[in-house]
Amino acid sequence: MQVWIYRLIFKMATLKNLPNKTLAGVKAAVFVLGLIPVFKLAYGAYADSLGANPIEKITHVTGYWTLTFLLITLSATPLRRLTDWSWWIRLRRMLGLFAFFYGCLHFLAYLVLDQFFDWDSIAKDILKRPYITVGFPAFLLMIPLAITSNDAMMRRLGGKRWRLLHKLVYPCAIGGVVHYWWLVKKDLTNPIAFAVLLALLLSVRAGHWLVNAH
Amino acid sequence: MKPYKVPPIKSSEITPKALFDARRKFMRMAGGAGLAALLPAAAWAGDKLPDIKKSAYNVAEALTPFKDVTQYNNFYEFGTGKDDPAAKAGRMKTRPWTVTVDGAVNKAKVFDIDELLKLAPLEERVYRLRCVEAWSMVVPWVGFSLAELIKRVEPTGNAKFVELVSLHDPAQMPGQKSAVLEWPYREGLRIDEAMHPLTLLTVGLYGEVLPNQNGAPIRIVLPWKYGFKSTKSIVGIRFVEKQPVSSWMKAGPAEYGFYANVNPEVDHPRWSQAKERRIGEFLKRKTLMFNGYADQVGQLYAGMDLQANF
Repeated sequence: MQVWIYRLIFKMATLKNLPNKTLAGVKAAVFVLGLIPVFKLAYGAYADSLGANPIEKITHVTGYWTLTFLLITLSATPLRRLTDWSWWIRLRRMLGLFAFFYGCLHFLAYLVLDQFFDWDSIAKDILKRPYITVGFPAFLLMIPLAITSNDAMMRRLGGKRWRLLHKLVYPCAIGGVVHYWWLVKKDLTNPIAFAVLLALLLSVRAGHWLVNAH
Repeated sequence: MKPYKVPPIKSSEITPKALFDARRKFMRMAGGAGLAALLPAAAWAGDKLPDIKKSAYNVAEALTPFKDVTQYNNFYEFGTGKDDPAAKAGRMKTRPWTVTVDGAVNKAKVFDIDELLKLAPLEERVYRLRCVEAWSMVVPWVGFSLAELIKRVEPTGNAKFVELVSLHDPAQMPGQKSAVLEWPYREGLRIDEAMHPLTLLTVGLYGEVLPNQNGAPIRIVLPWKYGFKSTKSIVGIRFVEKQPVSSWMKAGPAEYGFYANVNPEVDHPRWSQAKERRIGEFLKRKTLMFNGYADQVGQLYAGMDLQANF
């Protein structure tokens, strides 16, 4: 088993592309890993082990994983440029859809568990609370990206338009990090970590764009 | 080589179970009596506090379970996570402990904690607790009015405000290694707020010695103000002429004011204070003016602009 894992890692690190069979295995593994946070939450809810404020816990955990998957998704392009691994880009769609999945859970946690369809409160939040004013549209931006993530939609839009549309992921990620930054009471450790990583990922792109433009 | 075998013990040599247990019980009693002579009656978290009077200050609402009261805490001295205090406060030493009461008083004094515990009769008070983060609890605290202590030190005419200071010891309080707030934690009250009978000098909850994560060995509880005003693990009470600047006022002057009275009509700049989630409940409930204590404390703020004095 161990030897097999080492071989796989070595293969992945040295190959530009993975054989289809290996890639399918990697995809399956990432899919299972990506579901761990939601299964942990579901088990915690069942076992009543989410602490004194389970609604807050569910909201925070799903928000954390939305941002985490957004950043992992955004790492695909820089990693390919820096390392030559193109197989990584083939995981990007699934990673992006995981970001959308956790974003939906996060939004539903707010809508159903936190506010319980109190539309009046929700409207006030969106208008008056800066972290929700920026977080809500950031979530909405993910919807067209998720809808156009399949092969048929890519073909219908054409590569150029599709790529242009999917640039929306940048304002979405920035909005998400700002949302986190503005909502914490005092301890900015986690929001700063997300902001630094996002700045890094975006600056790799900016650097690439500058080099190519000149 | 023959394997070693434990020689069998003769049944006549085995102490009968009844005798063995009786001896254990005797040793426990003797040890217990010896220890009891050395230690004050109740000093450690989990010990029952003796002679607690019932009081008239009882909210007729379901108590928040002990587990939630002691596992879900804001006590940044031990970290900013809600579960940090329960996980890390165990190492805090609550004996020996003194509280220095000084400033504009005739009888400044350093009180030993065990002296404070006997200063006035202990009573149980069931208070609502409303956090500035829009969640709330109902807690049966044990203590006596801060006024009992204040009377004994005789404040002078210059004592317009009271400053409360928490322990500053990063070796015991790992959260103080981070500059998330200015340490030591400081809070302040107007002298009439400090003298108000609702202001509880607190040494226990649920009939037991205050658990470390809830601010042992001694704290303040101000049920009509947001929770952060209720200073924990107090080492200093100072009477001053000028309004003190609290740690939270320094951390965010636009977000945290001196008064911090619970007020559903004055929002925190970043979130609403109109409603709150009572721990253990699903639907939010409406937040009450002065957390439901308007009849008792409203006159303290008569005529004041509560939007400006938040």
